[in-house]
Amino acid sequence: MRGERTRSRAWYWLLVLPFLGLLIPPLYAKENPELWGIPFFYWYQFVWVPLAAGVTFLVYRRTK
Amino acid sequence: MSTPHPTDATALIVFCVLFAFVTVVGFVAVRWRRAKLDSIDEWGLGGRRFGTVVTWFLLGGDLYTAYTFIAVPALVFGAGAAGFFALPYTIIVYPLVFMIMPRLWTVAHRRGYVTSADFVQGRYGSRKLSLAVALTGLLATMPYIALQLVGIQVVLAAMGVEGDWPLIIAFAILAAYTYNSGLRAPALIAVVKDVMIWIVIIVAVAYLPGKLGGFGAIFDSAREALPKHDPPGALIPTGVDAQVAYATLALGSAMALFLYPHAMTGVLSSQSAKVVRRNAAILPAYSFVLGLIALLGFMAIAANLQPQTPNFAVPDLFITFFPSWFEGFAFAAIAIGALVPAAVMSIAAANLFTRNIWSAYLHKDASPAEESQVAKISSLVMKVGAVLFILLLPTEYAIDLQLLGGVWILQTLPAVVIALYTRWFHRWGLFAGWAVGMVVGTVMAATQDFKSIFPLELFGLHVTVYAALLALIANLAVAAVLTVALRGSGVGEGRDDTVADDYEELEDVGGIKPLPAQPGEERARAASGRFRLGDGERGAGERETPVPGTPKEQQERTPRAP
Repeated sequence: MRGERTRSRAWYWLLVLPFLGLLIPPLYAKENPELWGIPFFYWYQFVWVPLAAGVTFLVYRRTK
Repeated sequence: MSTPHPTDATALIVFCVLFAFVTVVGFVAVRWRRAKLDSIDEWGLGGRRFGTVVTWFLLGGDLYTAYTFIAVPALVFGAGAAGFFALPYTIIVYPLVFMIMPRLWTVAHRRGYVTSADFVQGRYGSRKLSLAVALTGLLATMPYIALQLVGIQVVLAAMGVEGDWPLIIAFAILAAYTYNSGLRAPALIAVVKDVMIWIVIIVAVAYLPGKLGGFGAIFDSAREALPKHDPPGALIPTGVDAQVAYATLALGSAMALFLYPHAMTGVLSSQSAKVVRRNAAILPAYSFVLGLIALLGFMAIAANLQPQTPNFAVPDLFITFFPSWFEGFAFAAIAIGALVPAAVMSIAAANLFTRNIWSAYLHKDASPAEESQVAKISSLVMKVGAVLFILLLPTEYAIDLQLLGGVWILQTLPAVVIALYTRWFHRWGLFAGWAVGMVVGTVMAATQDFKSIFPLELFGLHVTVYAALLALIANLAVAAVLTVALRGSGVGEGRDDTVADDYEELEDVGGIKPLPAQPGEERARAASGRFRLGDGERGAGERETPVPGTPKEQQERTPRAP
């Protein structure tokens, strides 16, 4: 039981991803590539909304 | 002063009809999942029975306030990218919620805590530390309530309605149904509000870019116009300064958000820790909407609007491009969007006052019925205070204070969040750290003319950092040093009412504990006063030892989360 729980808690590490993706602006503070005329800086951060929600949902499924 | 906005009768009628509708909803809410509202659990937490969907609407309506809908696009309109930090902020907040809030929900549910200060009292047996947390919450919330009025003021002015009376009437109605129905009122109204906001933003984003020549043209005009603003803005944050400010504002704001009493109230009113987790996965849908609303600021630039203040960027956009009836609908969405957070904030503040000031200091052993009555009345006082604040003082004060509120509320993180995982910090260390953080944060913000970012010289590098985070570092440093010193000199640690099991979700303990989710049982327990403030003080000495547990237990209690 202990081992099982420890293994399932390893999934929590996935929650670091949104922080890495969003808290390092040099990664994405760029104009290009544009998407439908939207600079990279903007659409990249929008993409993180479903991405972060998906990661959170995955962790929810795996740890419950 | 004559208004540049002529009175728009059609818009006003639509607005008033919708406003009247939610007023009825607010009063009818008292019948929803009917219960006697004579305990603070029922009035102030909706009976702790909200499921996944209601919690989603309530927290969505509560966190994404009307002021946000006005101020974020206004900032983007004026400064460009700097205002867009609201998006990363409201994305990364949810992994934090997912990790931390179910644990807080669990211990609050087990021990009958209604506020974060209740938890601090139970955890540290220190009424003073608990009072510090409660006062910080009150101080941070009051200007925030006042700012919701600014949101209503802006949309009323955009329809050509000036003067104080409409504002007073709106808040009087709000005060009446909050008094009557408690947290059930904003929970039910939030459903209406959120649906309206979704409709408005979907229509706006589907229609406006086409009118303005597409996103390419919108961003082109923003790229051209922003550097000419005073102070100059930018479409992309370049340079270390702007980028550090962007990232620290996002991180610091995310860490602060769920320490706010109104967020805490929304979490604690849900029926299980699982509901909280699920919501961490589905609440980002609102962040997407917030991002789209932020882009409306660029659309206002592309439309070449010259609003009287940036706050009118979005209202003017709707006036310019939409028929009057839809304008009225959109403005009603924003105004109703002000009522939900204002109601939850005043309830949360009332809970804090009742539990951690009234019952802890003024009238010990208040009965559940008395607590409920005191909370109802204090929620009225909060609203009157907010109205007076806005009517008598310059709006600038409310904005500055709300900004400071973010800095202040983050200083309760060690006593509330870190305490969920470890009791290593000494209670007096936490208290001193809090005091230092409050002073340092306030001074930093005040010397920067109430800008939230503070310039730092670090190893020869010049960066600007969100003041709240710097104050938190000072807070933690003081708390740590004093903890070591106080422990060395054997100053009392206070009694910890909670045990390791209180933090474990029920599924985790293999079904040993019965599921206490039965509403009736829950009410009975709250009413029986299983948790009373001041217990810690009276019972001191009974367990006058530090209770961080053995290192092994400590390890078990700390989830392997980053």
